[in-house]
Amino acid sequence: MALLTVKNLTKSFGGLTAVSDVNMQIEEGELVGLIGPNGAGKTTLFNLLTGVYEPTTGKVILNTHGKEREIQGKKPYNICGEGIARTFQNIRLFKELSVLDNVRIAMHQRVGYNMMDAFLHTPKYVKEEERMIKEAEELLDIFHLSHKKFEKAKNLPYGEQRHLEIVRAMATKPDLLLLDEPAAGMNPNETAALTETIAQLRRDFGLTILLIEHDMSLVMKICERIYVLNYGQMLAKGTPDEIRNNKQVIEAYLGEER
Amino acid sequence: MDVRQSRKKNTVITLVLALGSFAIVQGLIMAGMIRSYQMVTVATICINIILAAGLNLVTGFTGQFSLGHAGFMAIGAYVCAILTLRDGSMGSFFIGTILGAVMAALCGVLIGIPTLRLKGDYLAIATLGFAEIIRIFAQNLVITGGAAGLSGIPKFTNWPMLWAFTVVTLILIIAFIKSSHGRACIAIREDEIAAESMGINTTKYKVMAFAIGAFFAGVGGALYASTFYILKPTTFGFMKSIDILMVVVLGGMGSMTGTVIAAAVLAIITMLLQSFSELRMVLYAIMLVAIMLFRPQGLMGDRELSVPGFIKKRQKKAPKAE
Repeated sequence: MALLTVKNLTKSFGGLTAVSDVNMQIEEGELVGLIGPNGAGKTTLFNLLTGVYEPTTGKVILNTHGKEREIQGKKPYNICGEGIARTFQNIRLFKELSVLDNVRIAMHQRVGYNMMDAFLHTPKYVKEEERMIKEAEELLDIFHLSHKKFEKAKNLPYGEQRHLEIVRAMATKPDLLLLDEPAAGMNPNETAALTETIAQLRRDFGLTILLIEHDMSLVMKICERIYVLNYGQMLAKGTPDEIRNNKQVIEAYLGEER
Repeated sequence: MDVRQSRKKNTVITLVLALGSFAIVQGLIMAGMIRSYQMVTVATICINIILAAGLNLVTGFTGQFSLGHAGFMAIGAYVCAILTLRDGSMGSFFIGTILGAVMAALCGVLIGIPTLRLKGDYLAIATLGFAEIIRIFAQNLVITGGAAGLSGIPKFTNWPMLWAFTVVTLILIIAFIKSSHGRACIAIREDEIAAESMGINTTKYKVMAFAIGAFFAGVGGALYASTFYILKPTTFGFMKSIDILMVVVLGGMGSMTGTVIAAAVLAIITMLLQSFSELRMVLYAIMLVAIMLFRPQGLMGDRELSVPGFIKKRQKKAPKAE
């Protein structure tokens, strides 16, 4: 059974069907791309997978650690606990907080002390905080952000803010990482570096990754399989080469030949 | 930064500030500079710090705009007053304070679960409604003395006691804010959707912050009852909630240092303006308008006064040798 199975997932907002009857399968360890023209429903699909929206119909089945369960309609924090983490297309960092705090907040669900320890700063609190800082620094090191850990998130340059979002998502210890346009607004050099890091993340942490991206250089280079969404429907799926030569996909992006 | 090291440093700073503030006021009392008239101001400062610290956790740190703090305060005040009127011993005062605080916290949970799904202005109106319900209850129940209220409440509070309650409240709330649970609350203020996606049960932490805020409002209310002998339902009206909110906003939402400073500044201004009688409230209002115009983020913004930070700032100002 695949790590993530999406069955006939549909989301309607009133009369508008943003995601319609989508089927999808992601195997463990895969790096899958999700592409499509603007307004195709990619981010809506992410929001459905992470519980921000409740699907109108359909199922999302997650299969990790030998357990299979349906997760559609669950709250975002429960889904995060199940092992799905995400980044946001329009960066949603905790802007006024330090880089370190941004990462530590994502570790909260695994914190090993209770309210009383929090009020009294018991030895347990000290031990756990030390562990969290150490782990946060290790994660920040991946993107060379450790030296900026005390800076406010809003003061980081744009590219580093995007990196911090990935670090923050990683801090929840996910099995499946959803990246929503990680390379948006980056120049070709930065995109190339990011492509490398994503591939490295997946190797080092044994992650499964699903990413939305418009930058084809990134998608075609690292994704093993690609799903194409258009007007809320799954238009095509296949390897990068298949997608590149798929007539329907080309039409969706460039318009039909007359 | 090493957690142990910073904890040790914070302990030292806390001790210095706490003992220092105690020594100064105690000195002034012994020197005869603070008499019973000024003592009212000192008591008001302490009680307002306790009330506002709780509200700051809810409004400043968790970002939930509440106008119902006077309601929780009333619960603590009446519970403590009723108990001490029955049995005027020190023990019943402490039990009353704790019981009042716990009951206020329970009400916080009860009122928080349905209302905290509301946001911004809507939440403010809902909490305001709740505080009015408490006030109307106090006005009509026999046990609370009806509209006449309760009087002759035994006085147990004195400067050392008020000081101890204030210091303990501040230490507990600041410790909470500096924990993972506190960070979860702050994350809700910063970005609720992101917080939820990062595994934080936002409803749970909003209710938790609300309950903690209510708990300390209950403590503040109990101290109020014991300090001022008299309780009237009108004391806990809308204006009381606004008064507490004013301390929080003026000090800076999300700054405990600011809350302490603002509580002191406002109480002292009120005291100094006593001699202007009719013009008092006008001057007070003008001062508030001026502060909001020139420092809309509050006196401290969201920063805390920290000794190491102060030293760092001075070093930064000095030209760098490169």
